[in-house]
Amino acid sequence: MKRRDFLTMAGVGACACAAAGAGVVTLDFLQPKVLFEPPTRFVAGTALEFPEGTVRFDREHRAYVIGASGGVYAMTAVCTHLGCITRFLSDENVIACPCHGSRFDLEGNVVHGPAPRPLPWIEIKPDGAGNLVVDTASLVPAGTIVRV
Amino acid sequence: MKAPTASGVSAWIRDTSVYRSIVRHGVADTNLNRALVVMENLFLHVHPIKVRAKTLLTKHTYWLGGITLACTAILYATGILLMFYYHPSVPQAYRDMKELQFVVDDGLFLRNLHRWGAHLMVFAAFAHMLRVFYHRAYRPPRQFNWVVGVVLLLATLLLSYTGYLLPWDQLAFWGVSVGTNMVRAAPWIGEPFRFLLLGGHVVSENALLRFYVLHCVVLPVTLILLVSVHIWRVRKDGGVQGPPEPSAPLREEELP
Ligand code: FES
Repeated sequence: MKRRDFLTMAGVGACACAAAGAGVVTLDFLQPKVLFEPPTRFVAGTALEFPEGTVRFDREHRAYVIGASGGVYAMTAVCTHLGCITRFLSDENVIACPCHGSRFDLEGNVVHGPAPRPLPWIEIKPDGAGNLVVDTASLVPAGTIVRV
Repeated sequence: MKAPTASGVSAWIRDTSVYRSIVRHGVADTNLNRALVVMENLFLHVHPIKVRAKTLLTKHTYWLGGITLACTAILYATGILLMFYYHPSVPQAYRDMKELQFVVDDGLFLRNLHRWGAHLMVFAAFAHMLRVFYHRAYRPPRQFNWVVGVVLLLATLLLSYTGYLLPWDQLAFWGVSVGTNMVRAAPWIGEPFRFLLLGGHVVSENALLRFYVLHCVVLPVTLILLVSVHIWRVRKDGGVQGPPEPSAPLREEELP
């Protein structure tokens, strides 16, 4: 190899390494390490607060806590279509999304599109001190009712 | 003493050493000097020294690229002015909108000009592309400039979209919630890219700041660079191309 070719390759290689490194470091820089978002776990209240037929909407954590016969379950309030926050219409007993008109029943099943999937159920369990703790980040199979 | 005439004043100005240091050629009186006026000026030399009268006809280009460029200029000017009153923070952003609309002199006018200018720019850019397409001006040697144009269209749309969040009203918030959830659908990179774009998992103050930086720095700078390349290439590729010449009717012996 000629000296000129070697030096060209070394120079181009060094620049490429530097550029790749800068790219990686910049990408990393852009990932926030601390987020000031509401925690995914929150205390919903005591089991006594959710007699059958109660639907409580938690705006901050974007979740529903619903009293069913013999227990309580929780569901996300984030629409499965494109992520708007749904709300409960008590006079029609239906959960509706303001963005494109999806509707869900109280078990999360889609009764009207365009939402492609039912609202996922999320974990709710007693914390031992009489409170129910919801975790919006952990999904549970639909039908998981906590007996209380 | 004689009263100074307009031509006398301008002749005097053109004779000063300051003027001569900036504009080296004399008056645009000869063909050579006319050419020099264009050549030696950064802003004018974008245009060719001589253009065919035909290319100035409205039906040649319908001025659509020019209209898009004029919109860009209006948007930069109004955008910079709006920045003087806007804080990209929650809840100040929304209050600043209200202040601009109801308190600041001409704030409502500037805001609406920025908004309508943006709408017109998107429309004009689309129309420009259709014009180029139907005039077959995307063909060699202009194929690279067509690609630059496509990227410019993307930049235009992204500018519109990033501006959408800045008022921090309900429309903005849900519009961006929906849009960034679409990003999620991209395979593999969807989720991490959305996180990067929003600076979090939900549309929050981080997202507002990121969209602000994209809207006011990253995308406008990109747009200027690409527009420069685009216009320079128009010249290098032989100038604007209007409707293709009608082909001569086939002669008797050429008919099948
Ligand atoms: S986001 Fe709920 S219907 Fe589209």
